[in-house]
Amino acid sequence: MFDDFFIRAIVAGVGIALVTGPLGCFVVWRRLSFFGDTLAHSALLGVLISISLDVNVSLTIFIVSSLVAMLLLRLEKTTNLAGDSLLGLISHSSLAIGLVILGFLSFIRFDVMGVLFGDILSVNTNDLLIIWIGGALILLVLWYIWKPLFASTVNYELAEAEGMRPERVNAIFTVLLAALIAISIKMIGVLLITGLLIIPTAMARNLSNNPKQMVILSVIGGLLSVFIGLYTSFEINTASGPTIVVVALILFILSLTRITKNTHGLKK
Amino acid sequence: MSNNEVLVKVSNAGLYKNGKWLVKNVSLNINRGKIVTLIGPNGSGKTTTAKIALGLYKNIEGSVERLTNKISYVPQKVSIDWTLPVRVLDFMILTQDLEEKEITDALILTGVEKLKHSNLRDLSGGEFQRVLLARAIAKKPELLVLDEPVQGVDFTGEVALYGLIKKISETLKCGILLISHDLHVVMSATDHVVCLNGHVCCSGSPVDVAQNKEYKELFGEKSSQLLSIYEHEHDHVHSSDGKIVKDIN
Repeated sequence: MFDDFFIRAIVAGVGIALVTGPLGCFVVWRRLSFFGDTLAHSALLGVLISISLDVNVSLTIFIVSSLVAMLLLRLEKTTNLAGDSLLGLISHSSLAIGLVILGFLSFIRFDVMGVLFGDILSVNTNDLLIIWIGGALILLVLWYIWKPLFASTVNYELAEAEGMRPERVNAIFTVLLAALIAISIKMIGVLLITGLLIIPTAMARNLSNNPKQMVILSVIGGLLSVFIGLYTSFEINTASGPTIVVVALILFILSLTRITKNTHGLKK
Repeated sequence: MSNNEVLVKVSNAGLYKNGKWLVKNVSLNINRGKIVTLIGPNGSGKTTTAKIALGLYKNIEGSVERLTNKISYVPQKVSIDWTLPVRVLDFMILTQDLEEKEITDALILTGVEKLKHSNLRDLSGGEFQRVLLARAIAKKPELLVLDEPVQGVDFTGEVALYGLIKKISETLKCGILLISHDLHVVMSATDHVVCLNGHVCCSGSPVDVAQNKEYKELFGEKSSQLLSIYEHEHDHVHSSDGKIVKDIN
């Protein structure tokens, strides 16, 4: 059934869009898009380490990105550097270290573009298993921590005072982000995964007035981007990852027309 | 369950941050069914003390014992980002599961049941405070910490809400830690007043505190006439930044 690479690509894309929707909402609500970017950039390092040591790619990316996430949470507390500078420091250093290491690995054939922008043709049945099992686990954990995570997103101290343990759920959430990056690199690439996280979510915000609705709409937005994006990329022979993100952008622009109507509607 | 059961016991608590003590040597108890009010000028450490009582700081001096987990908190400031679409309805169940009826009842008590489906960002300051209070009381907490709960509420609403807070402490038998600038209300509806200025200046029943010399220095002669005038011994003098300048004893 999964013989056709197009079917495999669709199945992979659907699996990822189901996860990016809900996670993307929290990334937008908590202003973590640069944080997500940083984790994604560190994935390149993960890919290269996995090649050098000949271990599983997704697992290595997951471990490297989780370590970077923990390092960031740690540094945020211990340095006086502003949050965005710190993210830039880690983000670009890990990207640069990855590319330097790549120079030493000249003996292997390695497709950098595939890691940066996704390589849908290389998605095999094994990858599908990783995406769907990993994705299901991510959603399961997110479901479990939803209430405390949402409460601490709205107001950290209120959540902590009322026993929701925000620090713990925040750490779990960053691990979920790292896991998402690990399962989606092949599909969408290091540089574009944050786009798939936040653009459908930004579209959903324009069309929704409560959190659940926003999550559902961002999943729908992600699915539409994947379907239309993949189909288009095969038809006109463009890279799949960028095409998916361009479709998401077009959906976002369309949603802007709706929001202006909404604001007029409010001012009765 | 005795009426005077202690819910929170703060002993000699202090917080040192960025090279200075925000508060020092604060001790207070919050008992079931009683209202403890923190008063003091801006920057005197009222909010810090409330957060210490709630256990929000990790590195404090002294100790805090909390003997209940059913806690509700109304922070001084809650801002909702535009990216986060939250209705009053969603906000009510933020940290708790509530029946539809419990939500409506709480909103009716604070007079905002009509706003149930409104977006939080569309509320006025006073309406938002009423929603915050409704959320805090909806699940019948044992400890309620209210940091200036009626800021921005109109005058008649203010009197009504303080009346409600008093009623809640009696009917739910919950302990309340209240931060307020409204000396009138504090002096009439409170069981215990703690006057802060970096440390506990004086504390006791409203009558005792109003007669205290330091209270008069902080809030002016007039404020103590809210109850009665009574000369009181004082043992130290404050400079303008709240430091103790000299001990008289």
